[in-house]
Amino acid sequence: MNTQPEPQTFMFDEISEPLVAKAISKYPEGRQMSAVKTLLDIAQRQIGRTTGSAWLPQAALDAVAARLGAKPMRIYEVASFYTMFNLKPVGKYQLQVCTTTPCWLRGSDDIVSACKKASGIEHFGETSADGVFTLTEVECLGACVNAPILQVNDDYYEDMTAASTEALIGDLKAGKPLPSAGSLGGRKSSAPAPGQTTLLPASGSGE
Amino acid sequence: MVKLTIDGIQVEVPAGSTVIQAADAAGVEIPRFCYHERLSVAGNCRMCLVEIEKMPPKPQASCGMPVSEGMVVHTDSEMVRKGRRGVMEFLLINHPLDCPICDQGGECDLQDEAVSYGRDHSRFEEQKRAVSKPDWGPLVRTTMTRCIHCTRCVRFTTEVAGTAELGGTFRGENTQIGTFIEKALTSELSGNIIDLCPVGALTSKPYAFTARPWELRKTDSVDVLDALGSAIRVDARGAEVLRILPRLNDDVNEEWLGDKSRFAVDGLKRRRLDRPWLRENGKLRSASWEEAFAVIADRIKATAPEKLGAIAGDLNDAESMLALKEFFTALRSPNLDCRQDGAEFDASRRAFYLFNTTVAGLEEADALLIIGSNPRHEAPVLNARIRKRWLAGGFTAGLVGEAGELTYPVERIGVGTDALKALADGTHPFAEVLKAAKKPMIILGAGALARPDGAALQAAAWRLAAQYNALRADWHGFNVLHHAAARVGALDLGFLPGKGGKSTKAMLNGGVDVLWLLGADALDTKAIGQNTFVIYQGHHGDAGAARADVILPGAAYTEKHGTYVNTEGRVQQGFAAVLPPGDAREDWTIIRAISAYIGHALPYDTLEQLRAHLKASYPVFGQPFIRLAGNDTTAPLANPAALSAEPLAPVFGNYYQTDVISRASPTMADCVAAHYPAKAEAAE
Repeated sequence: MNTQPEPQTFMFDEISEPLVAKAISKYPEGRQMSAVKTLLDIAQRQIGRTTGSAWLPQAALDAVAARLGAKPMRIYEVASFYTMFNLKPVGKYQLQVCTTTPCWLRGSDDIVSACKKASGIEHFGETSADGVFTLTEVECLGACVNAPILQVNDDYYEDMTAASTEALIGDLKAGKPLPSAGSLGGRKSSAPAPGQTTLLPASGSGE
Repeated sequence: MVKLTIDGIQVEVPAGSTVIQAADAAGVEIPRFCYHERLSVAGNCRMCLVEIEKMPPKPQASCGMPVSEGMVVHTDSEMVRKGRRGVMEFLLINHPLDCPICDQGGECDLQDEAVSYGRDHSRFEEQKRAVSKPDWGPLVRTTMTRCIHCTRCVRFTTEVAGTAELGGTFRGENTQIGTFIEKALTSELSGNIIDLCPVGALTSKPYAFTARPWELRKTDSVDVLDALGSAIRVDARGAEVLRILPRLNDDVNEEWLGDKSRFAVDGLKRRRLDRPWLRENGKLRSASWEEAFAVIADRIKATAPEKLGAIAGDLNDAESMLALKEFFTALRSPNLDCRQDGAEFDASRRAFYLFNTTVAGLEEADALLIIGSNPRHEAPVLNARIRKRWLAGGFTAGLVGEAGELTYPVERIGVGTDALKALADGTHPFAEVLKAAKKPMIILGAGALARPDGAALQAAAWRLAAQYNALRADWHGFNVLHHAAARVGALDLGFLPGKGGKSTKAMLNGGVDVLWLLGADALDTKAIGQNTFVIYQGHHGDAGAARADVILPGAAYTEKHGTYVNTEGRVQQGFAAVLPPGDAREDWTIIRAISAYIGHALPYDTLEQLRAHLKASYPVFGQPFIRLAGNDTTAPLANPAALSAEPLAPVFGNYYQTDVISRASPTMADCVAAHYPAKAEAAE
């Protein structure tokens, strides 16, 4: 678990500042509040970059409020509404398992158990003892053709099986970097799983 | 105007109205939880469903549906009933069935509507959700499991109170209305969310489990804890006032009430003077009225008239002050003053000390200059009105003096009187704002008037108003914001030093030998001369009673029929809700009794006779309220150059304890502990 005390101050750093300025400049004067989600995301990524745990302490929410000239409550409402904003510290890798119907039909329960087994996490929303993984249950990720899906941080890993899940988590635990995103079942994009079935070379029959 | 038909009733409403407003105008009742006529439309409770002909064949939410010409609305069709029953069933899914232990019971919108649209049993077999009870401070009790997410409280704190400290956080099943970070509400208007809450989620903490609404006797009255004169309803059971709620008065308080006015009610039961007291050998002992009168009569008869003096306090009704004034006139003493704060200013014309723009008139102003006042503390409901004006757009406010966050942007021009000079000679940029304004207004705080240079400040503010064209036949932009409810009434009565008479300052330090304090506690009682014989007439054992040689127990504002004049000059009457405690009496009757005892009987035996006399002697008490025109620009008599360089300090830093009632109130003490933590604690 991340046992660091909650930071009492937050300032956008030199990497975030240009992104903040760009996000705010997209909206007309007086409508800066429209940039709230972008700013929260920038803040969360900055904290992830600097501390290894991408979350939003109250200081960051208040900093976003101050930057947008909004009452802090308006920011808390947005930050707590979206599950993508973490209001408590998370692990370095966020394991986000989709359990909506298509993924569930394709065996997401196995993925959940594999995640729990490999990371040592007992329930959704918890962080592993070593502080590396946080397991969350998410709604449809919109990649049902390649179900089941495990999203780790920003990347989708598709066609998961219990074995590939455990292997992926084992690699991450061992300190290896994230593999390239996409199907871990060996298929290309969303092509049919058994192999190509259309646009095959002419077999000689017909004409 | 748009014509439409609601349940067969033809009604004409302004274009842009919604169907629910049209139904209200037609007198057709539509149930609602989230809709409130003074808040923005949220449209999230769905209880106000109606059927509209020639619209898609589904129920429509009437609160968000704009009217159109020839619309035909049905509010009691089968489709509507079915729709509302469905909405009610969903609302009740997560609403606990704890009405027997809920303080809202009997005045609960959800309970009432469930009678019309609820099922006799629940089809919901799953787990109900439960929500923790956050602590929002000493005034508002939360039971958020009962919350139906109407967001009225969120919209109130955002729009009216301007503190935006409540919000809807998280989502779906987990939605919670709250502060997110647990804290006490900081708004001085927070009690209003209790009235707004349609269910029992927000109830009054001090009043918790005290009474059911049907046990209460309801009496209309006027608030006296600030000078706005908000319309209130006093709810009493037996001899006890249990709570105070606001009444509608669009000209003054709309339907809001400040927290002090609402919650200081428990101060009416504590530290009360319920029998006369006499000081003997330095100690007070209880006495009979007869004994007290005898001692007073001896003293007064033995004292030269010019050595008699009377000071009226801040909570008095006009009747008692008239009686005291006429009693002293009969004794041939000119030493009268109603300005216990020591203010000395020109009160020769009403316009010099009234809030001339009027509270409702404020909504026409387009520029505001506040001098030496913190309206958020001195009249929170008025402050909300200023915020309302600011929200409407095209309004700029400036402040000379010190005040915290005012809930609307305010240009801080300076804290000293040099800022007024800069405005007068146009060197400060805010002068341009005043110059460009069509209807500029100036609010001069009572705290500024109480300064040694108060008269000069009054003259300077008046001159600024004249200079920036705020004094015209169609607009009066000069305003004094008092915080003593009795002050304007007393000034109207001329409760001021007569010819050769002594003011408050002159009466202190041995200026008089017999001093009659009519509810005057806010003066420096240590400055009263050592040998001055002090008669204190009032209802609370506070500073005045502590110094008194004779105490005459009077009635608090909830215990007497009284006339009060608010800071605008509006004459209003409050009615007695309960009897004064013990031997205490209505104040004018005490003065009437002693006047007869001494042999100068006042010429009235009943309240009706007194009021007739009041109206005959001071016609302003008998006239309907009118806004004064500003075409008489004669300035107050004072040299505006006599301003001292002293900064304009706020009148009272502590909103919650400003008078004898709120100082006696445990609830207000809790508020002070929550909002003004002692400095030692703050340092930890």
